[in-house]
Amino acid sequence: MKPRYLLCLPLLLLLAMGALLGGCRSEPLPLRLTNISGHMPDLDFKLTDDNGKAVTGADYRGKVVLLYFGYTHCPDVCPLTLAQLHVVMQRLGPLADGARILFVSVDPARDTPAIMHAYVNAFDKRAVGLVGSARAVEALSKRYRSAFTREPGDADGNYEVSHSSAIYIFDREGKARLLATPSASQDDLVHDLHLLLDTGATP
Amino acid sequence: MKPTRRPFLNAGLLLAGLLLAGGVQATAADHVHASDAWIRVLPGALPAGAYVTLHNDSAQPVALTGATSTAYAEVMLHHSSTAGGMSRMSMVDTLTVPAHGEAVLAPAGYHLMLMKAKTPVKPGDTVKLTLKFSDGSTLATDFAARPANAIDAGEPHAGH
Repeated sequence: MKPRYLLCLPLLLLLAMGALLGGCRSEPLPLRLTNISGHMPDLDFKLTDDNGKAVTGADYRGKVVLLYFGYTHCPDVCPLTLAQLHVVMQRLGPLADGARILFVSVDPARDTPAIMHAYVNAFDKRAVGLVGSARAVEALSKRYRSAFTREPGDADGNYEVSHSSAIYIFDREGKARLLATPSASQDDLVHDLHLLLDTGATP
Repeated sequence: MKPTRRPFLNAGLLLAGLLLAGGVQATAADHVHASDAWIRVLPGALPAGAYVTLHNDSAQPVALTGATSTAYAEVMLHHSSTAGGMSRMSMVDTLTVPAHGEAVLAPAGYHLMLMKAKTPVKPGDTVKLTLKFSDGSTLATDFAARPANAIDAGEPHAGH
């Protein structure tokens, strides 16, 4: 035990020196939101976008991605979240062109690409609506340990879908970096997106 | 001094008595004032959320039970909640506006869900909703239709 403990000391010193010197490119970004780097898999899916085109996670490499699950018949929380993300995108100014909001429908029975197209564009021109089979959406949801449940409907066939409220943020390489909740401060979102957008931007 | 002040005092008492008597007969709606009333308009036939702040100037709590509208076939009082990272929506029967207090219907909380618009509602429109209270009284309120990506009522709207 003792020799191993002693061996660790120089290592710790080295680490401390590294932290003091700082400034190197591999330095972790001073992110404010929940950092999930290394804890969640890279962005990967096979879905259909709101123009009816088949897309995969690889199609969004080069963009910082904000992934959010919801559905269009959700009149309160989903629109609020998308409206807040729109405000964040506005605050990023021209930098926001390097980011995409991917809104994945957890209501495959009602959300068509056309409905999704009208819906996402009512919020932000950098938002993309994604639909897929129940199986494809479930696979994506499970990949990020998120969940959704269709609630029992009324006599008219109206129903709600309970769903995870998290916003997953990926860097330009498709690496999962941050987790935000709809109640996250806009300042923190703007701050962290700035860092991710400044990093690895094509000159 | 005393005799000259008495009549005024009596008049005051009489007035207070009249007001009190009036208060007993007044309905819930008489004591509620609505402000910041707005609707988030979504594309197509999608349901919309309506929001409003209700002020109760009486000494009794008042219960909102829902609303009706000539513009929408169905209106439901709903509550959104987030627990354990899951967003849920549930129907509620009543929302209490406390005595001398207010109840806020705002995004991510209480709202009126408007379904089946009879004619398309566009941002910029004014839509009348009739708020219903547990004593059967009603309060007609103008709601400002706002774009999908609005985050609040916008410029102040005086309620009636």
